[in-house]
Amino acid sequence: MTEPSHAANSLELKDLSVAYRVGRRNRAVLRNVNLTIKAGEAYGLVGESGCGKSTVALSVVRYLPRNGSITGGSIALDGKDVMKLDSEALRRARADSVSMVYQDPGKALNPSLRIGRQLTEIFELSGITGQAATDKATAMLNRVRISDPVSVMQRYPHQLSGGMQQRVAIAMALANDPSMLILDEPTTGLDATVEAEVLDLIGQLRRELSASILFISHNLAVVSNMCDRVGVLYAGMLVEEGWTKDVFNDPRHPYTVALLRCLPRGGQRKDQGRLDTIPGFLPGIGANIVGCAFADRCALATERCRTEPPPLYDLGDGRLSRCHYHDNAQALPRTTPADVPAAPPKHAPPVLQVEGLNKTYASHGHPLRAVKDVSVSLRPGETLGLVGESGSGKTTFARLLLGLVAPDDGGSIELEGKKLAPRLASRTEDQVKAVQIVFQNPDSALNRSHSIRHILSRALKRLGGLSGKTLDTRLEELVRSVRLTDRHLAVKPRQLSGGLKQRVAIARAFAGDPRIVVCDEPTSALDVSVQAAILNLLADLQSRQDVSYIFISHDLGVVRYLSDKIAVLYLGRIMEFGPSEAVFSGPHHPYTEALLSAVPKLDRTESSRIRLDGEIPSAANPPTGCVFHTRCPRKIGAICETQEPQLTEAQPGHTIGCHIPYAELARLQAPKITAAEPA
Amino acid sequence: MSATDTPASLPAPAAPDSARRSPWGEVLHSLSRSGTFLTGLFILLFWVVCALFGQNFVPYDPLASDIINALTPPAADHWFGTDQLGRDVFSRVIVGSRDILTVAPLATILATIAGTALGLVIGYFRGIVDDIVSRVLEAFMAIPVVIIALLAIVALGTSKITVIVVIGLSFAPIIARTVRSAVLAERELDYVAAAKLRHEGALHTMFVEILPNVIPPILVETTVRLGYAIFAVATLSFMGFGIQPPSPDWGLSISSNYGMIGGGFWWTVLFDALAIASLVIGVNLVADGVHGAFND
Repeated sequence: MTEPSHAANSLELKDLSVAYRVGRRNRAVLRNVNLTIKAGEAYGLVGESGCGKSTVALSVVRYLPRNGSITGGSIALDGKDVMKLDSEALRRARADSVSMVYQDPGKALNPSLRIGRQLTEIFELSGITGQAATDKATAMLNRVRISDPVSVMQRYPHQLSGGMQQRVAIAMALANDPSMLILDEPTTGLDATVEAEVLDLIGQLRRELSASILFISHNLAVVSNMCDRVGVLYAGMLVEEGWTKDVFNDPRHPYTVALLRCLPRGGQRKDQGRLDTIPGFLPGIGANIVGCAFADRCALATERCRTEPPPLYDLGDGRLSRCHYHDNAQALPRTTPADVPAAPPKHAPPVLQVEGLNKTYASHGHPLRAVKDVSVSLRPGETLGLVGESGSGKTTFARLLLGLVAPDDGGSIELEGKKLAPRLASRTEDQVKAVQIVFQNPDSALNRSHSIRHILSRALKRLGGLSGKTLDTRLEELVRSVRLTDRHLAVKPRQLSGGLKQRVAIARAFAGDPRIVVCDEPTSALDVSVQAAILNLLADLQSRQDVSYIFISHDLGVVRYLSDKIAVLYLGRIMEFGPSEAVFSGPHHPYTEALLSAVPKLDRTESSRIRLDGEIPSAANPPTGCVFHTRCPRKIGAICETQEPQLTEAQPGHTIGCHIPYAELARLQAPKITAAEPA
Repeated sequence: MSATDTPASLPAPAAPDSARRSPWGEVLHSLSRSGTFLTGLFILLFWVVCALFGQNFVPYDPLASDIINALTPPAADHWFGTDQLGRDVFSRVIVGSRDILTVAPLATILATIAGTALGLVIGYFRGIVDDIVSRVLEAFMAIPVVIIALLAIVALGTSKITVIVVIGLSFAPIIARTVRSAVLAERELDYVAAAKLRHEGALHTMFVEILPNVIPPILVETTVRLGYAIFAVATLSFMGFGIQPPSPDWGLSISSNYGMIGGGFWWTVLFDALAIASLVIGVNLVADGVHGAFND
């Protein structure tokens, strides 16, 4: 192998334009994108879905789908023009100098080949075979911090957890020592704790390797932690570029400003104002754009913006902004009122009282305790946030409440003082309509064969007991309450965008004036601007109808925004339960502490990070004593392994299940708290 | 175009994207461009036209015997020759499509209706119902159609209705199995849970919620079954269990004439056999096309 000649720029896109052919017309997806990644640099590309982020990645390796074509410009990898490579040279370039890591590691690995086989294959491609290839593969796995590479080599992908799979995928990407590493949403499907692990790994590898990184993510916080420079893509155009710190602290394009404002930040809560949203929609692909692409959604836009396409203004020090009024971008007015009347604190009796709820599944003859001794209570108009890694029993708990799954004998669920039957079929009509759900994935939750009108009318008929004229009137109200319009009624779900579909799902849940609505990750499939709109809608509906939410999300910022109370679950057990502010600000359970620490922060304020080692143990064979002791960074000794800690009241209404006394937790976590909460 | 007049906290809802084709439009579009499907459809339509109107344009009455001209080889006035009773083979082949194209589709429709209902029930309820019914269906599928036909004919007597019922019921388990596996995937989707959370009855959930979403595999399976049904009808007629004389049915004609192949009178059998083959091939091409259109 010849030493690749390292050019100063690992990747250089010049006026790159890409179009997809849809319906016999070429539709522009990327419009004259100029982008340079220097050797050893990490460059982040952000933007909402449909902006063309992944198209950039696919173009670099000339891996566009069949209907995609590069309509102009050039791509240079290590100084070589990718467009001019013949198929053999292109194959060599893909094999030697550029690697890609995709979003879903489960799909990137071949399910029927052992990990070892898949890794050695890469070395065989460059002529290393037999034991030498195996040794190199083991070395690669060591490099991505897999502790037992020899046994991992013998396993199939499905025998590894998501985090391990992604490590293997990264190991494979690094095997050929690429000069350019493309990471396309590498942590999107992973738990926050695993995401933190993978990001740490990428960060460490960056220091060891010379590779340049193109990091694509919709998660601004992740990009801000990983990248030196960042580019913001909008409608296939680079609208802003600069040093990460500058772009996120001092954005110069209204789109960047708006994007940053959509996120619930700094512990913002629903009673401190609604989230900002971006009105309108991304121009469709191939749309004819006159003037500024963002003008229709920009409250600062003037006549000039609508007619004169802004050039990419050079603001010095590597800052670029495609806005005529870049000096003024941060003056973008909020689209929502900054403050809303806070609901007066209520002392109503609880709407929901859960006592000692258990659910045991049988798994290969062993009992698997998916939910163990869970007790919570919730008042009308309050939100209970459920937090924990996947496999912690959040969704099972929600399904127990709904009656979709019957709990073990013994526990009780009371709704407004009346006991709920364990099974849905034995609940009364009133009880059924009182507890409803908004599912995570509206594509699965809305019947694709039915029109929106059918879906909502049926819900009003069954849950609201309405028919005829009254149903029509109520339907209109319902549709308006989730800010849809009449013309959405005639269509099928597939004709609506993700956010609109989720509104239909919310409308359906509210059809029978529910007392409790379970929201199971309702925004995890949505872009940040749409997420903000949905969260605002949920908050509005709650303050208007006094409904209570059980809110499940892996995004702690989102949970914090909407929740009044938080229950932290681990292996089906409550580790901590209390008022949202108390749980988030601490002192908190070591597990909560680790969860909070895993969340990437936009402002890079974290000082000491806590990382959870190892996997979440199997619920079929939970650890003895405190179930968290195998991963607990604050384990105090033998007592943790032998005795299960009781939930004890640390403060009124705030309970923690830990052997460490509350005062001691406060002392241990004290320096961390001040660091995590800047003024 | 201004965004300022939209409700304060939310983006303006987008106009529904009506430019995209509906899923069914997509399927039709893909069918209209599939050579396989169009070829099959052409063959199938040819036989359908023969079945419907053949009687009106054939040169001879397919039932009229003309003993003097018995067993004449293909020639200008009898394109496909004549059989042992002097009947015109060409006219008989054309009109002979009528019975098979009534019996086979009706049997397939019966199989589809019965199989779909059965498949929905066992797929939706799972558990003990599924275990028992599935085993019974498997046992049923292990018995050859001919045996079932023999038993049915002894019990019910020979008629077209018997053939339809026999073929319909012996194909129903196969369709039930296809529907069941599609329903198993659908019932895990959240819209089924949402229906339960409205206290919908099982019938509503099965037939209004789930059924519309499993139509594509049902349609594919039905077209495939139609090909097999045609074959089965011809076989039963050939064996004398199906369509009865004096119908010019293909299987029946082959059955009554195949003894004469040895005497060199090949034309009395060949054209009927080709007709069966072409119809089965045509239907299978259609089935292939439909399958491709749904699984693109």
